[in-house]
Amino acid sequence: MQSKDSNLNGTVAVGSHTVSRKKTFDWRNYIVYLAFIGVIIYFSVTLHDQGFVSTDNLLNIIRQTAMISLMGLAMTFVISTGEIDLSVGSIAALSSLTAALTIQAGFGMVGGVAVGLGTGLLVGLVNGLLVTKLAIPSFLVTLGTMGTVAGLAMWITDTAPVPIVDATFNFVFGSGDIGPIPILLIWTVVATIIAHFLLRKTSFGRQTLATGGNESAARFSGVKTQRIKLLVFLGSGFMAGFAGLLYAGRMHAGRFTFGEGDELSVIAAVILGGTSLFGGVGTVIGTVIGSLMIGTINNGLIIMGLDVSQQMMIKGLIIILAVAFGKKAIKR
Amino acid sequence: MEKPMLSMKNISKAFNGITVLNSVDFSVRKGEVHALMGGNGAGKSTLMKILTGVYTADQGEIYIDDQLVEINNTDDARKNYISMIFQEFSLIPTLTVAQNIFLTREDKTSMGLINDKECVEKTRNLLQELEVDIDPNELVGNLGVGYWQMTEIAKALSQETKILVMDEPTASLTKKETEVLFSFINQLKSKGYAIIYISHRMDEILEICDRITILRDGRHVATEDCKQIDLDMVIQYIVGSGMDKAFEWKEREYATDVAPVLQVKNLSVGSKVQNVNFNLYPGEIVGIAGLMGSGRTETVSAIFGTGPKDRGDIVVNGQPVAIKNASDAIKAGLALIPEDRRVQGLVLEHSVKDNIILPILSKMQKGLFIDNKKANQVANDFVKKLNIKTDDIYKTTNLLSGGNQQKIVLAKWLANDPSVLILDEPTIGVDIGAKTEIVDVVRELADSGKAILVISSELPELLALSDRVLVMHEGRMIKEMQRRDIETEEELQHAIQGF
Repeated sequence: MQSKDSNLNGTVAVGSHTVSRKKTFDWRNYIVYLAFIGVIIYFSVTLHDQGFVSTDNLLNIIRQTAMISLMGLAMTFVISTGEIDLSVGSIAALSSLTAALTIQAGFGMVGGVAVGLGTGLLVGLVNGLLVTKLAIPSFLVTLGTMGTVAGLAMWITDTAPVPIVDATFNFVFGSGDIGPIPILLIWTVVATIIAHFLLRKTSFGRQTLATGGNESAARFSGVKTQRIKLLVFLGSGFMAGFAGLLYAGRMHAGRFTFGEGDELSVIAAVILGGTSLFGGVGTVIGTVIGSLMIGTINNGLIIMGLDVSQQMMIKGLIIILAVAFGKKAIKR
Repeated sequence: MEKPMLSMKNISKAFNGITVLNSVDFSVRKGEVHALMGGNGAGKSTLMKILTGVYTADQGEIYIDDQLVEINNTDDARKNYISMIFQEFSLIPTLTVAQNIFLTREDKTSMGLINDKECVEKTRNLLQELEVDIDPNELVGNLGVGYWQMTEIAKALSQETKILVMDEPTASLTKKETEVLFSFINQLKSKGYAIIYISHRMDEILEICDRITILRDGRHVATEDCKQIDLDMVIQYIVGSGMDKAFEWKEREYATDVAPVLQVKNLSVGSKVQNVNFNLYPGEIVGIAGLMGSGRTETVSAIFGTGPKDRGDIVVNGQPVAIKNASDAIKAGLALIPEDRRVQGLVLEHSVKDNIILPILSKMQKGLFIDNKKANQVANDFVKKLNIKTDDIYKTTNLLSGGNQQKIVLAKWLANDPSVLILDEPTIGVDIGAKTEIVDVVRELADSGKAILVISSELPELLALSDRVLVMHEGRMIKEMQRRDIETEEELQHAIQGF
């Protein structure tokens, strides 16, 4: 997934023989897709009798990966600017609780959603301001907010879960199905399409990639790089808050353990998908496929009856292999 | 008298109390190519950075078409139709040519989304007009330096521009690419653009420019019509009258009938370095002179193993050595003091002592640990020997002046006792007092028997130091001059211009 539309690939490179190379198919650009297809085929064959390919199971995979995918979309932008956000898991936990508490206090679904998303935006704002105004590396800033926010989530209800009885909320944010289609699938698809166009087809997306590609060159070209960075952290906080709502809706409660460790799965999905950890190169579709692949491996290994310990080892190895064989990050 | 399109009046600028520009006047007419010349540190780049909003002037006014304008940032410059082609490039390697050219100014569809097809089409037309053979969809990171430069120019011209500033635009271009660029500049001229052309290359300036302005030490020296000026006059203006006392040459005695310590044979790197041969004798200081892009830096990086090398043999003390990286070179007894000491030469956050002992840590060890007594002694010795001005050896190096930092870099490499010392622009960014001291230190080192190779764009410095000068031009070593045969700086200027 380089930044070219596939339909353009065929028409260019005619006549210019001095600089442009022949655009041959480089399978390494598509490693995550090939790996994903490989994983699906492998499990379909070996786990055919255990129901891996059943519609129910496949939809389950979608449900289980939706939160990682959604946070991954926003993380794609963060990593494309060359930054990182470790606080997303904690934000999801805190947002699930603030939303649940707001609904419990009688402000209804709209109030809950607003407060939940607002929580995410607020933490994102703090992250973004610390990174841009105080010039603290984002790894340190978000390592700090990750801990602080996780602590806050435990503290506000003294680790007690907060049940949500609002049926509409639970339906819209996680539990519902429209016909045979889980609502989480709809959220994932809609957000993916929006994020894809945002990154590929808008000035904001282009400037995000430019900032990560060479920040000083971007600044010389008139890109307000600090504002771009602030915006990607706001976006990441917002989507983490949204993921918190989905956890709450799916489990009918807010709880401080939601999203625990998600930041690593999210970053793994983004990098697996082909976004460069050094910034400048990003792909939304790749991220979603990366997330689905991790979810599929999880699911398949569980059906195979492997221990949690074995699952963790195999998952880790597959991630390392996929990244190692994938397209090399473009060096400056 | 034709009215100027741009005029900068009384411009002054100081950095940390050091005056870089001293009430400079500069003006350019419509449809004119105006050369801006001067030695290193004359203030050309600073003046242009003020025009393009990278810096703001401490004093002075800028008028465009007789209107007073405020230029406080790059946006203001762009609003006043001023574009600059930067020496340090402003392209993003991970985006395509078209995406770079239209960054922040993309065409939009009716939906408000970026219309890449339109941008690609426009880029293709623009590049065709420029007769540049680049695929708009190629990633900039995949382009060679020359095409990178062309993309940069295309980017500047893709927006509405009246005044175009080019800083050494041909430095990385081949002859053919330069011709293409010049025919394009002539085309722009006839369309009424005002072009400011910064360069050190006289032949190019006399070919392409209408008028020339010369700065020296931050002051305006002269503005002349190119038809009424010749190379000698320009050189006279650039050099000035008073030779710096600090840079007086001293004839040195050294044995010439001994075996060379370093022999370079048939060294080639692409088209940048072609068949370079030279010898270096113990106790000798040899300067390499040449314009930017003449292949000086490439030559020494190829010798030292930090840059590419296609062909050529390096012989140290009679032994052919295979140098694949810096570590091989150091083992063979070479030392390179790089141009950018802040990046390549020092760990700025570390102390004077830690920097000095870094290359010789293995010699400083006692069992598993560093022998502090020995390390302190070595560090103190160098501080004394090189007259490094610091409170003590524990001070962090970023608190020291540029000259003293440079001396620490020297100390660092001397600690390893190399037989050949290569210095790339040793006094860049160093104040005049420290310059003299560095010159003295280098002479002392040569007197102690080390062979020294110096690259410098500052001719007075080169003339002060060298016993022999090698002149490079477009990748070839075109001339070898004994220092005692060089009468004036002008002579050397002529040589490096390739005349």
